[in-house]
Amino acid sequence: MAKIRGAVTVDSERCKGCELCVYTCDKQVLGMSTAVNSKGYHYAYMANPEACIGCTNCGIICPDGVISVYRVKVEE
Amino acid sequence: MEEREMRLMKGNEAIAEAAIRAGADAFYGYPITPQTEVMEYLMETDATARTGMAVLQAESEVSAINMVYGGASTGHRVMTSSSSPGISLMAEGISYLAGAELPCLLINVSRGGPGLGTIQPSQADYFQTVKGGGHGDYKLLTLAPSSVQELADFIALGFDLAFKYRNPTMILADGALGQMMEKIYLPAQRPRFTEYPDWATNGTPEGKERRYITSLNLLPQEHELVNIRLQKKYREMEQNEVRYEMIQCDDADYVIVAFGIIARIAQKSIELARAKGHKIGLFRPISLYPFPYDQIRELADNPRIKGLFSVELSAGQMIEDIRLAVEGRKPVGFFGRLGGMVPTPEEIETALYNYFNIK
Amino acid sequence: MEVNDIIKPENLVYQKSRLMAEKQFNFCPGCGHGVVVRTIAEVIEEMGIEHDVIGISPVGCSVFLYDFYKFDVVEAAHGRACAVATGIKRVQPDKFVFTYQGDGDLAAIGTGETMHACNRGENIVIVFINNGIYGMTGGQMAPTTLEGMKTTTCPRGRDVKTMGYPLNITPLLAQLDGVCYVTRHSVHTPANVRKLKKALRQAFENQRDKKGTSIVEVVSNCNSGWGLTPKAANDWMVENMFKKYPLGDIKVDGKIVMDMNAPR
Repeated sequence: MAKIRGAVTVDSERCKGCELCVYTCDKQVLGMSTAVNSKGYHYAYMANPEACIGCTNCGIICPDGVISVYRVKVEE
Repeated sequence: MEEREMRLMKGNEAIAEAAIRAGADAFYGYPITPQTEVMEYLMETDATARTGMAVLQAESEVSAINMVYGGASTGHRVMTSSSSPGISLMAEGISYLAGAELPCLLINVSRGGPGLGTIQPSQADYFQTVKGGGHGDYKLLTLAPSSVQELADFIALGFDLAFKYRNPTMILADGALGQMMEKIYLPAQRPRFTEYPDWATNGTPEGKERRYITSLNLLPQEHELVNIRLQKKYREMEQNEVRYEMIQCDDADYVIVAFGIIARIAQKSIELARAKGHKIGLFRPISLYPFPYDQIRELADNPRIKGLFSVELSAGQMIEDIRLAVEGRKPVGFFGRLGGMVPTPEEIETALYNYFNIK
Repeated sequence: MEVNDIIKPENLVYQKSRLMAEKQFNFCPGCGHGVVVRTIAEVIEEMGIEHDVIGISPVGCSVFLYDFYKFDVVEAAHGRACAVATGIKRVQPDKFVFTYQGDGDLAAIGTGETMHACNRGENIVIVFINNGIYGMTGGQMAPTTLEGMKTTTCPRGRDVKTMGYPLNITPLLAQLDGVCYVTRHSVHTPANVRKLKKALRQAFENQRDKKGTSIVEVVSNCNSGWGLTPKAANDWMVENMFKKYPLGDIKVDGKIVMDMNAPR
C-alpha cells in the first residue's frame, strides 16, 4: 500500500521563532531548537521527521516563508 | 514661423488648453476659486476625447496631489492646479513628490490669505512656494507668468523642466492672471508620451530589473546621500534655469523689482514716471526659484542705479531675496498691497517717490 | 527512506513565491502581515501578472513592501494609498494596481481617500489589514481598536464614550455602488490562508474584468502591540476580534451577502 512521506527544510537563519508552525502541525513533527540563530531566535526543526506527510500547512502558515515542503509517495 | 492659432482667452482656460496641447496625460484637481475654470474647461472641451488624457475631480486637494504622485510615478505627464489654501493642503504631497524625485506640474492661482482669506489676487504664497511649504530641504522650480500668453507657454516648459530635473515644477500665478482675458497665440499640439523613463513604476517589462518609488530612507547615511543628490540638482537648476526680463534698466536711476501681475502694472508706473523725467526701470524675475540673485546684484553694482524697489501683493516676501542679492550695496525699498487689493500704477509710482524722496 | 531522499527538487510541493525578494521581513515574529504579503505574491505569480502589477505601500508596518517584492511598488504617504492607486490606474487602466493598507491608514487618516476611491469604483484591489492597533509606531489605538482594549494611547482600555467606537468599515464601504467585492478573512490557520488566497485571486480577477473595487480585509494579530505571544494573540483574536469583525463575504458581485444586522 503506497504511503506518503514528507519532509521540510527550515531556513534557520531567517526563522524568528514564532512557533506558529509548531502549533499548526497536526502530526507534531516540528519543535523549536535549543540553539539560537545569529539573531538570537530559537528556530523550528523537524523534531519528529518520520511523522511528516508533507501537507504544507507549516509552509503556508509561516509568516516569513522560511519553510519549504517536500512530499513523495513510497511503496511499502 | 508656422501659423499659430490666436484666441482671446481667460487665463485659467488658457492653462487647460495649453495642458492638452502640451501632451498632458492626466489632470487631477479640485474646485477652488479663483482657478476652477481649469478643470471645468478640461471637462467642457472633453480633453479625454481629444487626447485620451485622464481628467478627474478628486475628493480633496490632499487626494488630488497624491493622485498626481501616483500618476507621476508611472512616468506620465501629470498635473494639478489649485489656489493657496488648496496648495497648503498639498504641501505634504509636494514634499513627497520632491523627495521621491517625481516630475509633475503644479499650478497655484494664488488668492489672498491667510486662512480662507479672499478670492482676489495675491503674491503672499511666495515664501510657501520658493522657501518650501512642505517639510524638508526641497525646492520647486517656480515660474511666474505675467500674462495669459506666458501662462499658456509655461505649461509645456514646466513639464519639460520637471522631467529634465525629475522634480515638480510650480507655476505661481494669481487670481488676476487666472481670471483676466487676453489675446494669445496657442501652442501647437504635441503628442502624449508613448515611452516612459526607466525609473517609472508602470509594470516592469520581462527581463528588466523591477522598479520602486519611495521617499523613505530610515538609514541616515543613505538619506543624507539622497539629500545631497537633491541639493546637487538644485545647484544645477540655479546654474541653468534662471529666467528674468529687464525693461528700460539701461538708463534707469531706480529699478522696480516685481513679478507676475505687478510687473504688468509697474510697466505703466514706469511710463508715468518717465513722462515726468524720472528714469525708472523694471527687473522682472520669471523664475522665482532659481531666483536671479546675480542679475539683481549686477544692478546694485551699477553706479548709476541709486536704489531698488520691491513691489508685491504681500507684506514683503520677495524683498528678502532682493536684499540677499544686494547685500547692502544699495537701499531696497518696498511697497505692497494686502488682502487681495491690487495697486494702481500711480500708487506704485508715488510709493517709490516717497521711499527715495524724489520730488 | 531517509529524510534526505525526500528533500529533492522533484519532491518539492511548497516554497515561498519567487516574487519574494531576498530582503527579510521587518514584521515582528508571528505577525499576520508576513502571511498576507506572501499570499499576494503567490496569487500574482500564479496569474502571471508580475510584469503588469504595481503595489502601493503606504506608511505603517507595510511601508517596506517595496523591499519585499520583485515587482513594481510605490510607497505612498500615510492614508493616501487609494489616491496614489487612482492616479496610477487612470493613466494605465490595463495595469493591475493594489493597495496594502493597515487600519490606521485605511480607516483613520485615509478614510476620505478610501471612501471616494470605492465610490468611484476604481478598478483596484484594496488589501486591508485590520489588527486593531497602530503597529509601526509602537501600539497606539486605531479606529478598529475594540472597546476596553488596551493600547499605549488608551492604557486603561478604549473608552467608547470619549474615544469613539470600533469602526467596522468594510460593511460601510460595501454600501457604495462602485464596490463589487468585499470579503473578510484571517491568516491564523492554513485553511483560512487558503481561503484568503482564493479571495485575493477573485479580487484580482474582478480588477482584470473591470468590475469595480475589490476589498479584501484580513483580521490579523499584532503580537508586540497586544503584548501576547503569536499563538496567544491568535487565540485572543478569535475570541474577541472575530466577534466585532466576523469573517466571511460581505459583498459578492455587487450584492451584499452578509447580514448587516447580526448582533455584534
